[in-house]
Amino acid sequence: MHIMEGFLPASHALGWTIVSAPFVVAGAVSLRRILRDRPEARLTLAAAGAFTFVLSALKLPSVTGSCSHPTGTGLGAIAFGPSVMALIGTIVLLFQALLLAHGGLTTLGANVFSMAIVGPWVGWAAWKAASAVGLPASVGVFLGAALADLSTYLVTSFELALAFPDPASGFFGAFVKFAGIFAVTQVPLAIAEGLLVIVVMNALIGRLPGRIDGTIAGVR
Amino acid sequence: MTSTLTPRTSIILLLLAAALVAAPMILPITGEFSGTDDVGSKAIEASHPGYVRWTQPFWEPPSKEIESTIFALEAAIGAGILGYVIGRRHGSRRRDDTDR
Repeated sequence: MHIMEGFLPASHALGWTIVSAPFVVAGAVSLRRILRDRPEARLTLAAAGAFTFVLSALKLPSVTGSCSHPTGTGLGAIAFGPSVMALIGTIVLLFQALLLAHGGLTTLGANVFSMAIVGPWVGWAAWKAASAVGLPASVGVFLGAALADLSTYLVTSFELALAFPDPASGFFGAFVKFAGIFAVTQVPLAIAEGLLVIVVMNALIGRLPGRIDGTIAGVR
Repeated sequence: MTSTLTPRTSIILLLLAAALVAAPMILPITGEFSGTDDVGSKAIEASHPGYVRWTQPFWEPPSKEIESTIFALEAAIGAGILGYVIGRRHGSRRRDDTDR
C-alpha cells in the first residue's frame, strides 16, 4: 500500500498531507490522554505499536503471484480506538520511508490516510458493529483486523486512481485496475491477519474483548 | 460477553494463517512474487508514460541484502517488544492465579 516517493503529483501529495495532519495531531492528544488516564495501559499500547511494526515488515506471497504486507493496525484500533493509531501508524510509515525507501515523505500523507486513518477506523467500526449485533468476540476481532487491513489497500487504490485516472476508462477504470493489483492480493493476507490477531489479542490481554463501549474496559 | 481461547484453538488458528500464506507458494501460481508497491508504480508508468517522478527518496538501502537486514531489524524490534509484553502478562496472570 505504500505509494512510492514521487509517485503522487505535488497537488495530491499536499492535499493528502493536509487531510491527514489533523488526525495525527488528534492521535497524539489521544495517546497523551490514554497515558494520563490509564498509565497501566502503556505496555499494551507499546505491544499494539510493535505489532504494526512487525506486520508491516513482512511481505507475504499471495494468490495473485505478487507479494504484499499486512498492516497490523486493527489490533490497536480494537484495543484503544482508532484515533491513537493515526500516530502509531505514522511512526511506522516514517521508519519505512526514511530507512527503507518504502513509501516517501511527499506521499506520507496519502499513506498515513490509508494505513493509519481509514484502516483503523474501518477495523474499529467493524469490531463495534460485530459486537453490537451479538457476534462472538472472536468473530468481531477477526472482522476488525481483516477489514482494517483490506480497507487500507482499497484506499490506496482510490488515491492512485484519483491521481492517475485511466486515459480510456477514467477514474473508475483506474480504480478497478489498482484494486486488482492491491486489494485482490490483500484478500488472503487480510484473512490471515484476522486469524493471527485473534490469537495475539487473546495472548496480550488474557481474553477476547467483546464489549461495545468503544474501548475495552480494564485493558492493562 | 468475553471469551478466552484454549491453547488448542490458538494453534489451529495460527496453522490456518500459516497455510493461507504458504498456499500461493505451493499452488501452481505463475508470478514473480514481486511487491505490489512496485507493481503499482509500474502500472502508473505504463498508463501515464509522460508522468515525471518529481522527488526521489533521500536515502535508499544500497543493496537488497542491506534492505532485508533493515526489514529484519524492524520485525525484530517489534517482535521483541510484543514478546516482552505477552511474557510479562502471562507471568503476572500466573502469579495472580497462584495467589488466589
